Amino acid sequence: MALSGLDIFKLLPKTNCGDCAVPTCLAFAMKLAQKKAELSECPHASDEAKATLGAAGTPPIRLVKIGGANALEVGNETVMFRHEKTFFHQTGIAIELRSSDGTESNRVKIQAMENLTVERVGEQLTADLFFVTFDSENGEVFLDTLTVIKELSTKGVILNCQDLTVLKQGLEILKENRPAIYCEAKPAEKIYSLAKTFEASLVLTARSFEDLEARSNAAVTADLNALILNLEAAGFGKKLQHNTLLRRSALQQNFKPFGYPLLTRIKGATPVEILAEASLQICKYGSIVVLPEYDQALLYTLFTLRQTIYTDPQKPIQVDPKVYAIGDPTPDSPVFVTTNFSLTYFMVSGEIENSGVSAHLVVTDAEGQSVLTAWAAGKFDGEKIAKFIKDIQFEQQVKTRKIIIPGLVAQISGDLEESLPGWEVIVGCQEASDIPSFIKSVELT
Amino acid sequence: MAFEIPRETNTGSIAEITLGATSEQGGTRSHTLTLGGSSSLPFHFFEGEQPHPPVVAMEVFDSVPTKYPEPLLDYYRDVIDNPGEMAKKCVEEYGAELISVRLEGTHPEKGNKSVDEAVEIVQKVLSSVSVPLIFTGPSHFEKNNEVMKKVCEVTAGENCLINYVETDNYKTIAAACIAYGHTLVAQSPIDVNLAKQLNILLTDMNFPADKIVMDPLTGTLGYGLEYTYSIMERIRTDGLAGDKMLAFPMLVTPGYESFNVKEARAPQKDYPDWGDLAQRGIYWETATAVSLLVAGAELLILYHPQSVEIIKSKIAEIFAAEGGE
Ligand code: SF4
Repeated sequence: MALSGLDIFKLLPKTNCGDCAVPTCLAFAMKLAQKKAELSECPHASDEAKATLGAAGTPPIRLVKIGGANALEVGNETVMFRHEKTFFHQTGIAIELRSSDGTESNRVKIQAMENLTVERVGEQLTADLFFVTFDSENGEVFLDTLTVIKELSTKGVILNCQDLTVLKQGLEILKENRPAIYCEAKPAEKIYSLAKTFEASLVLTARSFEDLEARSNAAVTADLNALILNLEAAGFGKKLQHNTLLRRSALQQNFKPFGYPLLTRIKGATPVEILAEASLQICKYGSIVVLPEYDQALLYTLFTLRQTIYTDPQKPIQVDPKVYAIGDPTPDSPVFVTTNFSLTYFMVSGEIENSGVSAHLVVTDAEGQSVLTAWAAGKFDGEKIAKFIKDIQFEQQVKTRKIIIPGLVAQISGDLEESLPGWEVIVGCQEASDIPSFIKSVELT
Repeated sequence: MAFEIPRETNTGSIAEITLGATSEQGGTRSHTLTLGGSSSLPFHFFEGEQPHPPVVAMEVFDSVPTKYPEPLLDYYRDVIDNPGEMAKKCVEEYGAELISVRLEGTHPEKGNKSVDEAVEIVQKVLSSVSVPLIFTGPSHFEKNNEVMKKVCEVTAGENCLINYVETDNYKTIAAACIAYGHTLVAQSPIDVNLAKQLNILLTDMNFPADKIVMDPLTGTLGYGLEYTYSIMERIRTDGLAGDKMLAFPMLVTPGYESFNVKEARAPQKDYPDWGDLAQRGIYWETATAVSLLVAGAELLILYHPQSVEIIKSKIAEIFAAEGGE
């Protein structure tokens, strides 16, 4: 919870010495409360003040990084619901690699993960992490797998290895890559020192709130603060409830032991169950999900869901303003125009596609607004559309001289005809879903 | 300081809506289903009650949908053009708790089936299964009114869920629901205020408040889910905070919407990075359904038997852990 200026003032020396470049301790306290100054500017602050204010200064959910150059950042969330502001650091998606599967099989998966990048509305979507489990006789395959990752990939790694000697060798391999250490049970003292030496973050696992709190406190006492919490729970409902309570206690009660990102190892008897469990985590506060298998269709679905949940609700998703070819259009194919709000684009292009007719879809830059909103804001009128068409030299690319505008903005047709000499404007239907029947009903070219 | 469960209590609760009617109640259904009644956000048993688990419906059609994807058709090939048999299969083999009959073929531009043809299909499904029913009309004001008026009449006393009315066209169908004892879906275009406004219009014409189910309009994954998801969370939060005109159970349609989009229909050879098509369709629908379930959906209309199975099993898992409280 944020401290008030007066709360802070009580912790200061109250000597008004002015060494902080502010005339009085009270004035300095006010600046601290507004986060316009830092406590280190007062050379006389007590240890108690440092401890209390230091804690107040950290975000309620700490930001944790895993990986080197291409590090994944998770945590530092500020709201319970995305509509209250936005969710900031999207759920990291990890794939588990097991040493029992052998180096070659793991190499194939690592390469596949590395190659998998899917574009969706202007964003490149990929998986983020490897979760490497030591579950074989000796450490060789485990360590070889880490070497292959280092060779082929810049993604971060979480190490799941209960053998401390092998773990240490693994950490050596990933030295500069800020890995994370997954602790299945209460961590041994040695783990704390390894984490410190290798600047690794620590995943703490527990089966109750009490144990999780104790483990979190113990790690902080050992001077570690890059923590990730894994509260294991039986059942879909319990997982939702636990994640909700952990986030609530961190955000609303500023309960420090739970102020860290959350990780879940996804289990499921079938791929669909894995998908369902992972979807729950993406919606409800999971910071990292570890998937037991590599499955392309499943990853693509989760990427899209993650993009959905983590999109800023204040900023609509946009597509690039340009001419999109639907089917195989020729210079004689019909021409449709709409805005670059992603949803509008998807619906219009989808319905033209459904009609089976090939067409040119001109998508203008309306700052990602839907047709009516953009029109009301003056971003989708006759002049703007005509200018866009001329700027991209579209007239040289087609022979068609009829342009179909959304039925919702029938009023711009005169304006557009005036601004775009030689073109006939056809007023289309109001709803995208009526496009197929509209196409059948009029002479389009 | 030790951890204490941070509980939040709400002043409002969601209306309880019952669907279907047994013979004692003037219908012919073997049982009824009740939606709603929650006093907290979905599945927050630690701070409130949720007396009724969300339910899963499946959908049959008066005419074979043009965009029905192949991998889905594999499950229904023998029954797709026989709504009565398809309904039976959905209930008996795939565990549908309700059946929605989509009468889109009555749309003047999508087959223009007559009211009599619609009635025949409705009666077929009514006699082939005994679960509560949903009837989904065409997206055409006049025809929807015409068809639904008659559907309401021939199913009098069954307490069906009549899907749907919207702000610009609600009076005729709402009146028919009152006259013949049905429950009504109030659909609004992904907007809290418009949803509320329609519910006010309905209750102003004395439509019973225990007979309304809201449809906030489903955008599927990648096609507006972000809007539906947040609008539902806002509707539910406002409803629980005491706004009675938003405190109704919510219906969503992940099946219809998901299998309509490219991701559930385009073969992998066209989009290598998207993965296997058959799996992708199931995933798309399931991810949409899971997210809307946690956003507050109480009635989900799904298409794929595997999505139905997983969503039902997850709902059962949630409620089993609470001992059915
Ligand atoms: S330096 Fe510290 S003690 Fe001196 S005036 Fe500033 S706050 Fe007060």
